[in-house]
Amino acid sequence: MDAIIYSLPFLMNGLGVTLLVSAIVVALSLVIGVLLGIGLIYGPWPLRWLIRLLSDCIRGIPILVLIFVVYYGLPPLGLNLSSFWAAVLALTVFKSAHVIEYVRGAVTSIPRGQMEAGMAIGLIFPQRLRYVILPQAMRRFLPPWLNGVTDAVKGSALVSLLGVVDLMQAINQVIGRTYEPLPLYVLGALMYFAINYSLSTLSKVLERRYSYIRE
Amino acid sequence: MAGSMGYQLSFNQIWTNFDKLAEGLLLSLGLAFISILIGAIIGLVLAIWYVSAGRVARTFISGYVEFIRNVPLLLLVYLVFYGLPTVVNISYSAPVSFVVTLSLYAGAYLVEVFRSGLDAVPKGLLDAGKAMGLTPWQRLLYVRLPTMTRITLPALSNTFISLFKDTSIASVIAVPELTYGAQWINNKTFRIVEVYAVTTVLYVVTGYAILFGLRLLERRFRVER
Repeated sequence: MDAIIYSLPFLMNGLGVTLLVSAIVVALSLVIGVLLGIGLIYGPWPLRWLIRLLSDCIRGIPILVLIFVVYYGLPPLGLNLSSFWAAVLALTVFKSAHVIEYVRGAVTSIPRGQMEAGMAIGLIFPQRLRYVILPQAMRRFLPPWLNGVTDAVKGSALVSLLGVVDLMQAINQVIGRTYEPLPLYVLGALMYFAINYSLSTLSKVLERRYSYIRE
Repeated sequence: MAGSMGYQLSFNQIWTNFDKLAEGLLLSLGLAFISILIGAIIGLVLAIWYVSAGRVARTFISGYVEFIRNVPLLLLVYLVFYGLPTVVNISYSAPVSFVVTLSLYAGAYLVEVFRSGLDAVPKGLLDAGKAMGLTPWQRLLYVRLPTMTRITLPALSNTFISLFKDTSIASVIAVPELTYGAQWINNKTFRIVEVYAVTTVLYVVTGYAILFGLRLLERRFRVER
């Protein structure tokens, strides 16, 4: 028990890395996913086809394998990344593919009439997106996306396998010294739980708040 | 560009060791299949129980579901494999430990699936069952469960594909599934780019092949509403 208390600062550092990895991945994948998601819906057909193929393939690969592919596969091709950035890159690619699908789901759920109404009052395409479609799609996008953020936090635990000292790796290192696996794994599980449960609860609250929107 | 770096692609050693990948792929599928079977039983029992359960039991079921859903699978795998044996006097092999973990994991996701599936059974069917004089148990067994199974089939397919991908995490406790096979070949041949290229293709193609097959099955059993 003492060992756990002494190791708390170390675990907190790990937790910081977990949150940092998650935050970078969530931010980057949001930008990339939204842009590609709009490309998937409104782009010319070669672009749509390419994004669809990429998204389907990436979502078909286990995230662990994707992390190994990026970490071990890029150096022989001449691109060297630290284990931290390799993990961030792999998670970002993976998360982006999911964000694309949240965007597609949200935008295509907005009735066609909205776009046509925008056209009728003379808005150009970027204006129709900015003032008509996206504000409405936002409410359908937010709950699943927020729920997906928990996947990023959970997925970030895999960076420990590249030796990045995140919460998961910090726990394993403390266990390596104290030989008390159960209490430490339970403690770690509770820490992940606290973060993700808040996020998924917020997601449910938002979903309920926005549920007045009907087709 | 790769050529100028002095790295030449060579797949020969991947093909000579391909049995590691093939056996790994089969084990991955097997692990996912057993886990979804056990997970479906856990999920179904808890979903039916939840409907009629009191407050304490509901809190317990929700607690299980929320705990599993909000903790990384990797941590759960470690917890069951390294953590549990230190307090419970049982020992199990890595594959058994992983199946236990993945079944509990699948169970937590399937409780939700089955709960909404049970809710989605048209009330008219249950009334019809009542009108025919079926007992509550008979209505559950002959009306609710079969209809629910057909309604939840798409969600079950997705869960299976997702579990199939999650089996890659079993490699961290040295279960010789597909990802472990890839690591094994890499350690032996250092053909890292090639082995992961082949492994990735195997995961994606297998995943979509299964999904395609399951979609055909779903169309066959779709409930018209």
